[in-house]
Amino acid sequence: MAESAGALAASFFLTWLIFNRLLPFRIMPLAFFVIWFVLFLPIYWFVIKDGQGATAAKDRLATAFVIAGAMFTFVPIVTVVAYVLFRGLKSLRPNFFTETMQVVGPLAKATEGGAIHSIIGTLEQLALATIIAVPLGVLTAVYLSEIKGPLARPVRLVADAMTALPSIVAGLFIFSLFIKPHIFTQSGLLGAFALSILMLPTVTITAEQVLRVVPGSLREAALALGAPYWRSVLMVVLPTARAGLSTAVILGMARVVGETAPVLMTTGGTTALNTNPFSGFQDNLPLFVFAQIRSSQDSQVDRGWTGALILLVVVLLLFILARVIGSAKPGQRRFRIPVPGRGRRRSGR
Amino acid sequence: MTAPELDHTRPMPQQEATPGPMGGVLEGVDVSCWFGARKVLEGVNIKMDAGVVTALIGPSGCGKSTFLRTLNRMHELVPIASLAGSVLLDGHDIYGVGLRLTEVRRRIGMVFQKPNPFPAMTIADNVAAGLKLTGKKVSDRDGLIETSLRRAGLWNEVRNRLDAPAGGLSGGQQQRLCIARSLAVSPDILLMDEPCSALDPTSTRRIEETIHELKDQVTIIIVTHNMQQAQRVSQHCAFFLAAENEPGRVVEQGPTEQIFSDPHDPRTADYVNGRFG
Repeated sequence: MAESAGALAASFFLTWLIFNRLLPFRIMPLAFFVIWFVLFLPIYWFVIKDGQGATAAKDRLATAFVIAGAMFTFVPIVTVVAYVLFRGLKSLRPNFFTETMQVVGPLAKATEGGAIHSIIGTLEQLALATIIAVPLGVLTAVYLSEIKGPLARPVRLVADAMTALPSIVAGLFIFSLFIKPHIFTQSGLLGAFALSILMLPTVTITAEQVLRVVPGSLREAALALGAPYWRSVLMVVLPTARAGLSTAVILGMARVVGETAPVLMTTGGTTALNTNPFSGFQDNLPLFVFAQIRSSQDSQVDRGWTGALILLVVVLLLFILARVIGSAKPGQRRFRIPVPGRGRRRSGR
Repeated sequence: MTAPELDHTRPMPQQEATPGPMGGVLEGVDVSCWFGARKVLEGVNIKMDAGVVTALIGPSGCGKSTFLRTLNRMHELVPIASLAGSVLLDGHDIYGVGLRLTEVRRRIGMVFQKPNPFPAMTIADNVAAGLKLTGKKVSDRDGLIETSLRRAGLWNEVRNRLDAPAGGLSGGQQQRLCIARSLAVSPDILLMDEPCSALDPTSTRRIEETIHELKDQVTIIIVTHNMQQAQRVSQHCAFFLAAENEPGRVVEQGPTEQIFSDPHDPRTADYVNGRFG
């Protein structure tokens, strides 16, 4: 510990000397950290080698590399989250959750106006997309893992390929299918269609992996009781995989909740509150951020950051929910729906 | 559905007065099995009578488990498996057109080597799972659960925690729960595929007691590697053996006592005396 701290300090001051006293010009601050790390390694090596020998020095050097690598990946994530928090919290007021942007002009302060129309739009579109994509995805997963029909291979291939589908293509697809030929105008429902296209492969692939780990002995046990195959899937396989399936659903939701491109082409976007997703333009959080952050007014940009913060919180909540449900032990009915009359038997005896 | 009404008013073992043996008669006639092109079983003829526990013994890989799985059509779950011969349940071919596949499996229950209660269900739900899975309704669900658990010798241990998850039971209790689950759909036959091989001696003894209590109510066919167990629980015994690269055959069958004390075939004598296998 003392050795690494000493080596870090020595290399820091050496780097400072090079940058501020020796170099005739200034260069990027990032270079400071690179030189610091590069100088740290040999200093650390010599310190350890002097005290504990070459083997220990190699070991410590490898440790230093691994830790540096971990920090290299971890720092950007933390920075992004911290920066969004920093920018977003500045103009977050309670009215952000109660007001719309309908009567807020471009010169209004960042704390005026709100995004309730976008939040409601996001929730409704996400709910509709889930209602469309989850039954399809789970049924496809059942086909892939339980029925194993002749189409299983091509279907799995398509599902895998669909995970890489550019999200703008999903938006374009719905746009050219419904909006361009004037069948429907932009609405929350069309946005949900586009989102469900993106959600489907995620739900399918995750659900299939979940169903595959259900032990075959449970299927056999159900069949040996005289169950038709569909009942054994419906009453044994799916309930056993319940926790994993919930995770699959929520992962799918988290995948699409932040998508901008598909809703950009399909929901229209608006500054007024529209709670009906089936008709009229609707806004949602990514669109809100997109609209605000493009402005040349600093107040609007700040409002955009607040929208981004709320979006980040929604995604975070979805992932936490997925982890909580996913870790529920089988049989431990943490999210049990109360069945009428179930308690009767226990109290009767 | 021509299924007989579920008879859950059946008297409990201790109340029974001089019963005739209930349960069905199962008969394998010239049964041969293949996995792909490989023949694993040839020409097996065994009659399994009601009121008699039939034990199938033999070394590993001799086809006794495969034979057991042909008896309730679980064999055909393996995609490459095929079968010749016939299996008669009370004189009707279970592979014939007169019996539905699901009906065959309901009437011929099965207990597996590893206890496999449904982990997503409570103890009570596990017992009643067969009703739900076969789409049957009973008026007295709680009564059926109690009767089935009593018959499997598990009632006293779980009566206060019927709503607890089944995964919380010990291995032996789980296996008896599986027996209760099989009994709840009123099978005529109960097949047991090495039901004690994953259990400790005490649990094994409890299962064997359960078999003794059940043998007048359902016909039991048990596969076992444990020769003492075969002697303890069975009255009829069939010895399976497969020579190298040959399908398994029944070398000898007869009353258990005779198989173990006075076998006709020298290979049977070697096996039951522990000289091979």
